[in-house]
Amino acid sequence: MNEMANIEQAIEMTESKISANKVQVYYGDTHAIKDVDIEIQPRSVTSFIGPSGCGKSTFLRTINRMNDTIDICRVEGSIRIDGEDIYDPKVDPVQLRAKVGMVFQKPNPFPKSIYDNIAYGPRIHGLARNKAELDDIVSSSLQKAGLWEEVKNRLDEPGTGMSGGQQQRLCIARAIAVSPEVILMDEPCSALDPIATAKVEELIDELRENFTIVIVTHSMQQAARVSQRTAFFHLGILVEEGSTQDIFTNPKDKRTQDYITGRFG
Amino acid sequence: MTDTTISPKVAEMPANLPFKSKSLYEVDDLTRKRNAAERRFKAYGVAAVCIGLFFLVVLAYTIISEGIPAFSRTIVEVEFSLTQEQFDEAEGQLFKTKAYEQIFIGALQGQLQESGVSVPFDATTIERIVGKPGNTIRTYFKANQDKLGDAVGFELAASSRVDGYMNGRVTRENMTDSRFLQKTDLDLVDILVDAGVIKTVFNWNFITGADSGVDNPGAAGIGASVVGSFFMMLVVLFLSLPIGVATSIYLEEFAPQNRITDLIEVNISNLAAVPSIVFGILGLAVFIQFMHLPQSAPIVGGLVLTLMTLPTIIISTRASLKAVPPSIRDAALGIGASKMQAIFHHVLPLAMPGILTGTIIGLAQALGETAPLLLIGMVGFVARGYPEGLIAGFTDPNSAMPAQIYTWAARADFAFYEKAWGGIVVLLIFLLSMNILAIILRRRFERRW
Amino acid sequence: MSLFWLILIVLAIAVVGYVLGRARAMSSAGGERSALHSLPSYYGANVAMKAAVPAFLFLIVWLLAQPFYVNSEISAMIPDSAISEGSSRGLVLAEVRRAARGLDNAVASDAITEDFARNARADFNDITARLKEAGQIVTSDITQPVLRAAQRYRVLTAAGNLYMTIAVILVAIVGALWALRETNAQFRARNTVEKGVQAILIAAASIAILTTIGIVLSLVFNTIEFFKLYPAADFFFGVTWSPSFSGRGGSSELGIIPLLWGTFYISFVALAVAVPVGLFAAIYLSEYAGPRVRAVAKPLLEILAGIPTIVYGLFALLTVGPLLLSAFGDNGFGIMKAGTAVMTAGLVMGIMLIPFVSSLSDDIINAVPQAMRDGSYGLGATKSETVKKVILPAALPGIVGAILLAASRAIGETMIVVLGAGAAARLSLNPFEAMTTVTAKIVSQLTGDADFASPVALVAFALGMTLFVVTLGLNIVALYIVRKYREQYD
Repeated sequence: MNEMANIEQAIEMTESKISANKVQVYYGDTHAIKDVDIEIQPRSVTSFIGPSGCGKSTFLRTINRMNDTIDICRVEGSIRIDGEDIYDPKVDPVQLRAKVGMVFQKPNPFPKSIYDNIAYGPRIHGLARNKAELDDIVSSSLQKAGLWEEVKNRLDEPGTGMSGGQQQRLCIARAIAVSPEVILMDEPCSALDPIATAKVEELIDELRENFTIVIVTHSMQQAARVSQRTAFFHLGILVEEGSTQDIFTNPKDKRTQDYITGRFG
Repeated sequence: MTDTTISPKVAEMPANLPFKSKSLYEVDDLTRKRNAAERRFKAYGVAAVCIGLFFLVVLAYTIISEGIPAFSRTIVEVEFSLTQEQFDEAEGQLFKTKAYEQIFIGALQGQLQESGVSVPFDATTIERIVGKPGNTIRTYFKANQDKLGDAVGFELAASSRVDGYMNGRVTRENMTDSRFLQKTDLDLVDILVDAGVIKTVFNWNFITGADSGVDNPGAAGIGASVVGSFFMMLVVLFLSLPIGVATSIYLEEFAPQNRITDLIEVNISNLAAVPSIVFGILGLAVFIQFMHLPQSAPIVGGLVLTLMTLPTIIISTRASLKAVPPSIRDAALGIGASKMQAIFHHVLPLAMPGILTGTIIGLAQALGETAPLLLIGMVGFVARGYPEGLIAGFTDPNSAMPAQIYTWAARADFAFYEKAWGGIVVLLIFLLSMNILAIILRRRFERRW
Repeated sequence: MSLFWLILIVLAIAVVGYVLGRARAMSSAGGERSALHSLPSYYGANVAMKAAVPAFLFLIVWLLAQPFYVNSEISAMIPDSAISEGSSRGLVLAEVRRAARGLDNAVASDAITEDFARNARADFNDITARLKEAGQIVTSDITQPVLRAAQRYRVLTAAGNLYMTIAVILVAIVGALWALRETNAQFRARNTVEKGVQAILIAAASIAILTTIGIVLSLVFNTIEFFKLYPAADFFFGVTWSPSFSGRGGSSELGIIPLLWGTFYISFVALAVAVPVGLFAAIYLSEYAGPRVRAVAKPLLEILAGIPTIVYGLFALLTVGPLLLSAFGDNGFGIMKAGTAVMTAGLVMGIMLIPFVSSLSDDIINAVPQAMRDGSYGLGATKSETVKKVILPAALPGIVGAILLAASRAIGETMIVVLGAGAAARLSLNPFEAMTTVTAKIVSQLTGDADFASPVALVAFALGMTLFVVTLGLNIVALYIVRKYREQYD
């Protein structure tokens, strides 16, 4: 490698939003994630692909310490966001999760009104000083999620009464409302029909402007459509990571090639 | 992190984000407050669990410490011989039992001197400690004249106050002098205890005896009402198990989805929550008033408790029938068994451990039930003796353990309270063994499909 | 114990029928099992079923019907003039039955001869005294009409029992013979037996309904009887409860208001203890506690639910009552006069209800999907915020249902209040005063020596009716709410 390339790499290192170093995750006696090193670029979409059970969701959940809620789960190694180790004892996971939002596989709106669903995060984090500010946050979040026009006249109706695609966009709006820097999405479209999926994908593409997005997906087409970078996981190991185009057209590893050509998975 | 990466984003964000640019390493005030609230909330939870467990411990401690004395009794053990001459002389006197009492006192004094203590005491003191020993002795020797001249050991029951002193219920501080016991008597009691004359022995009579009169707490025993409870449980077992299983099989396997089935189901869940005393009223009105079944009989108690236990058994039986996977039914039907055969040959045996576990728990519930029994006349004082035979066990007036405990608790003489606690110990031992049996059954036969 | 023998005889006929039916089927098929439509045992079972089931049904119907017939017969023998002032036909009939039983027992213990029992005349023979001598309980002097009715009662009952025995055995034999006659190789025995079994299953399932009907009827009839003797308005709106057992309860004041007040006050105290403790325990065990803590604490708490209420009653009377008295009695705050009080009973009942509230709430909290929690944690909520703002609002209907069920339990609880709350009916706000409840009064009115047909005893049924209606209402609402709540997350 020549010197120029080294400098480029160094710049890339400093610019990455999330950098994971030798991450190990154990569930009780099971070694679920082995030695994962990855750099995730700011204001871009990175997708994690791999066969089910490969650890991609588990790894995603370590990024905002959602695994803390599982008693038997243990994480080793370091994950840095903006250079700060999120597993440092000084870090409060509550504050971390405000910075790193999450959208789940199944849309999970709270059994409250649409307004209260969006306002939930800002309220608990004390982001609004008064009702007017809260209204602003709610409307701007819904606008950013492209849901405003559909729901502006029924903000007091329960969020559980919407269609699946709307519910998922509501959940994205809910995540945006606390102004995170990173949004983690765990198979956000797996419970949606193709039309709703297209809308969510469109939304993800727009959100890339302002947020760092990491998306876990079981659909390679989706990864190709929405992400700039792709990481392939297999049996708890990060097999290969690179620009989406490279991964899909010119994989370096045999296992990646087998997976994207449909030999297994 | 460099300024160039963060600044454009900050510009886009709403201005009201207090910690946006802050480091994760610094915990802000709001988060600190929220975490304090979190700790408080968790502490409430811990406190609630601890309060529950604290009550359990207090309850267990009370039951054991108050109940144990019921299992011991205090006796006065004196050994002495009576010659033919002494016997004839005593029989010749006007106050015969008084004469025997004098002989008893003499023998007791002799026994004390042998062990090196000499204290004077008079007949009235002795009467306050052991009642009237003369009568017991006279009755014995009159019946066994051949024993005259031999050394005979007598075990005389100490009075209930002395009994109370021995197990700590009565102390020098809390007692007042009365014709039942005086403080000075306790000195003699202490001496007799040291000399080995007064002893505490296991109270078999409490286990095997029947209820005594209101003025004789010492003789009260729980045995007769244990028998009453046993016969009731037989009735409950042999009625509620088949009826409960039949009902569950019908509802789970045969019942069509219609209004009547719905009605039965709603009915059963409501019956499970009807206060037990209402079942007592039902028993009184239907079984006694209407059908003229005998009052206070274990069979009536058993019938009432059966109706009360049925919902519990039905609910648990249905759950265990539901737990048998449909593949088993399909397999049996597939080889040409009728539906009835599939259920009775395959599903029911597989569900049996669960059904039995539910039945035992239902029986345990029924065993501890009191209120309905009081209404049908199974109060404690009815349990004056053992039934004379198997059928009499079902039809003769008797009581049950919890009703007997209630009767003792409601009596004025506080010596009965000790019996009530003791009765609770016995009752809980039964309940505990039943529950352990249920747990063993569940552990041993539980199947995961 | 002729009934016992009768049952044995019918069972014996059934067993014999089984053996015969099986043999007959085999012989009709010429010993070839494969020539039979069903297994041989089904033919036997068919005969046994047709012998025993109709016979037992007949027996039950007879046993229920006979007292009616006998009662109407002897009722006709009692002229209106024999019913004294302040009494009723029902009371006289009860007296007749008592006299008849007295005669039976006196004959059985050889105190009088059968002949004397049949033919004695109350105006010539001193029958009351002789029965009393024989150790029988006779409430009043037996008059001639009563004695004649009692004698008639004995004759009718004895004859009835004889006819019943003959008829039941006949039914069993006819049933068995009929089933034997239809037994041949082509007979579809299995289908017939299975239909019979299904009918038995349905009969078993209807016992639940019969129980409810029995409860309602026994409450309704006796309550109506009570309202004939005591005005309903005075019962429901009376603020004094002072039954007078003397003089047939004529001067009693039987207002339910103080009893309801005591009931609700004690239940309120109990819920005030049980709901916060139970709910927080449930939240802690389901949201915070590790699996090991849960595995230990949950069953331990549930032990409290398995302890019989008589134990709690004794605990209230002998431990908690004296304890409270020493703190709030004359040596303490001076607002408590005796160990038995609303506070004593309420506190102990609260302890009893803790596991009830906590295990119901635990189920309900666990029914809230994990996705709700994830959604909240993912937004950076703490556990307590998640519980307070997401889980509890979602679980609220279920928890309300659980609390209503607990309230119904508290209202219907008997032994704790009988022993712990006191006996005085009182309308007072002081929780350290003794008060009494509906259930406690049901027990005291029906276990006393009061005559069964007097208002002081009958009032217990009106109290029971009130209790039943209130608890049933609570249960129906609670079960409906809980069921709706479950469906929401299923």
